[in-house]
Amino acid sequence: MDLQIIWFFLWGLLWAIFFMTDGFDMGIGSLYPFLGKSEQDKRLMINAMGPLWDGNQVWLITAGGVTFAAFPRVYAVMFSSLYSALLLILFALILRGVSFEFRNKLDEPRWHKVWDTCIFVGSTAPAVLFGVAFANIFQGIPIDREGIFHGTLLTLLNPYGLLGGVLFLVLFLQHGALWLSIKTEGELHERAKRTAALLWPVVLVTAVVFLVSSKFATRLYDNYIQQPALFAVVVVAVLALAAVRLFLFRGELFRAWFASALTIVSATFFGVIGLFPNLFPSSLNPRYHLTAFNASSSPLTLKIMLGVVLVFVPVVLAYQIWAYNKFRTKVNPEELGY
Amino acid sequence: MDALFLSRLQFAATTMFHFLFVPLTLGLSVLVAYMETKYARTGDETYLRMTKFWGKLFLINFAVGVVTGITLEFQFGTNWSRYSAYVGDIFGSLLAIEATVAFFLESTFIGIWIFGWKKLSKKAHATVMWLVAIGSNVSAVWILIANAWMQSPVGYTIRNGRAELVDFGAVISQPFAIVKFIHTVSSAYVLAAFFVMGISAYHLLKKHHIEFFTRSFRMALTFGLVFSFTVFILGDLNGVVVAHKQPTKLAAMESIWETQPAAPVYMFAWPDEKNAKNTIEIGAIPGALSLLAYHDYDHVVQGLREFPAEDRPPVLLTSMAFKGMVGLGCLFIVLTVVGWFKRKRLLESPGYLKIMMYAIPLPYLATQLGWLLTEVGRQPWIVYGLVRTEEAVSPVAGYQVAVSLLAFLLVYGLLGLAGFSLIAKYARKGPQIEDEDAAPADGSEGEQAQPA
Repeated sequence: MDLQIIWFFLWGLLWAIFFMTDGFDMGIGSLYPFLGKSEQDKRLMINAMGPLWDGNQVWLITAGGVTFAAFPRVYAVMFSSLYSALLLILFALILRGVSFEFRNKLDEPRWHKVWDTCIFVGSTAPAVLFGVAFANIFQGIPIDREGIFHGTLLTLLNPYGLLGGVLFLVLFLQHGALWLSIKTEGELHERAKRTAALLWPVVLVTAVVFLVSSKFATRLYDNYIQQPALFAVVVVAVLALAAVRLFLFRGELFRAWFASALTIVSATFFGVIGLFPNLFPSSLNPRYHLTAFNASSSPLTLKIMLGVVLVFVPVVLAYQIWAYNKFRTKVNPEELGY
Repeated sequence: MDALFLSRLQFAATTMFHFLFVPLTLGLSVLVAYMETKYARTGDETYLRMTKFWGKLFLINFAVGVVTGITLEFQFGTNWSRYSAYVGDIFGSLLAIEATVAFFLESTFIGIWIFGWKKLSKKAHATVMWLVAIGSNVSAVWILIANAWMQSPVGYTIRNGRAELVDFGAVISQPFAIVKFIHTVSSAYVLAAFFVMGISAYHLLKKHHIEFFTRSFRMALTFGLVFSFTVFILGDLNGVVVAHKQPTKLAAMESIWETQPAAPVYMFAWPDEKNAKNTIEIGAIPGALSLLAYHDYDHVVQGLREFPAEDRPPVLLTSMAFKGMVGLGCLFIVLTVVGWFKRKRLLESPGYLKIMMYAIPLPYLATQLGWLLTEVGRQPWIVYGLVRTEEAVSPVAGYQVAVSLLAFLLVYGLLGLAGFSLIAKYARKGPQIEDEDAAPADGSEGEQAQPA
């Protein structure tokens, strides 16, 4: 298979893993002011993602790095044209990251409040903005031949873009509520489970609206119509979402969380497959699309990077799975790390 | 507003801020891992408490370092998109390798270290800290290889309107990269050593936890002594590499305007960039620059006049950064050598302890000056001899960069304030009993006699 095609799907896979892993951190952070009723609850929520969030976040760095390495023109145009949106995401992630470490270093309610706000904003804003950004990429971005962006931050906040933002947010909220229910006991555990159950129909409705709108707002379905077998991805997404409800109903929380992870991955791939071979399409003229073929690195770089990724990503996955397995037990209020 | 100028300011501000935290992460991770290994091997509780105390300071610093690093991964795209598109084939792959090979290791295992005290055996937990230290340091390898390529582009060809990789081996093994890595990492170890020695000195002066801080001080002293020399020797080699690859930087470092054999080093020189000469030159040591840069007293050094004005870096900033860095580097050797002779009677040397306490910021200053020299001295190029900085900037509106720059200054300013205040607070507080594992009561230790 062509190197550029392999890299296109690896690119999609790295984003999918980022959403699948850090998605629950962003979800818990967004639920934080609502489910964290007491100081104890808040600390339990932070500690529920404590051992894992940092490693999860590196999937974003890797997705960004791989975009740079494999598709330098996409990296250049995507991040300069989405300048303001990306910087907002970065500021949010910066504040979220230090909050975990800083919050409990001083025992003062005002200090706690500052970092509580940072955790909430730092989790919700990226969740929404990643959705807005990807939905806009699905639609096409007003870039010209030189890759210069003709628009502002507000251009991105169109109805379909915002719908994408809502979809990502509710997917992550559900994902976060499920992880929180796995990691907690008692009152907080029940609240997390109830929240997940409440969110499920919201996710379903948003997803259906998004799938239907995509027909009108984007050309994502072109590939599917040409190759109807590809609809399997949509079927997997739907089944996975149905499985979330089923497992949640049965109280099998791990399985529900896995199903939710699969929903996020297949939803990401729904978009990635629909985009192929475009990585960053132009809404002004199809000739300005940045594709896997016209924006990639040299074959030598693609080959070396493929070697690196094929060796190291499985290693990373292995130790991260080991870490997840070590930390899947309930948070012990006696040994809080943060 | 000018997107180029603002982007340069923003890059300088965010990178230098990031590098206020990186060196301590690089050095202290190794020291903490070593302390914990000692604990795992001997079972000595003091080592456990050292691990926890220095580990806590490490983690506060680490948090700021990590989050400010995210910015750098994306900033080449947001502000330097023309650069990114032109050299991404090589530069981008080095950053991607860094994330995949090293950053994952560091970030995944730091979480396990923080939360794994009861879930892992002593030895396994110490091993986890080593993995964090290895991850951080390997991370530095790739970042410095990438930076070395900007200083001295190798292993590429211009094809399809951009720089394309032809020899990966040449990129990762060029002397510039190897020398730069060892020099930079050694300087980080010196910084960490001075950090530990300085805080230990503070407590020793107050006669708090004498055994604890004597042990910490001595461990850091050995570390600092070795790497003060390493950083100096590699700095010298770095000069040799610069002389071969970046003649304009070398000339600017010493404000040499005329091409000459047996080129001197001035104890002090004030350059007048407009008229391409020095207004003040004091204490010329003839032949010293030729000797340092080429290890040959008579070697010809090219002066800045040899190059058109638009190819010269800012001379004043480059030369002052260089002189400041070298001066501080010498001071670190003196301070650690003195420390070596006083190591067995630290408590009787309050003057020395006081100096070491106030010396904490100096390696920070030295590493910042080192980067100023490296990056400002490379100008007007973003990739030396290949791409000019002005050709590299993104086609973004100036106001966008102005807003983001202000936001960075504000957020980073507050972050730096919070981070350093927390470090200072916990450093002053000294070791605490954190859980039932740390058995011996804290207060008792202050009275203990210092072992010979």
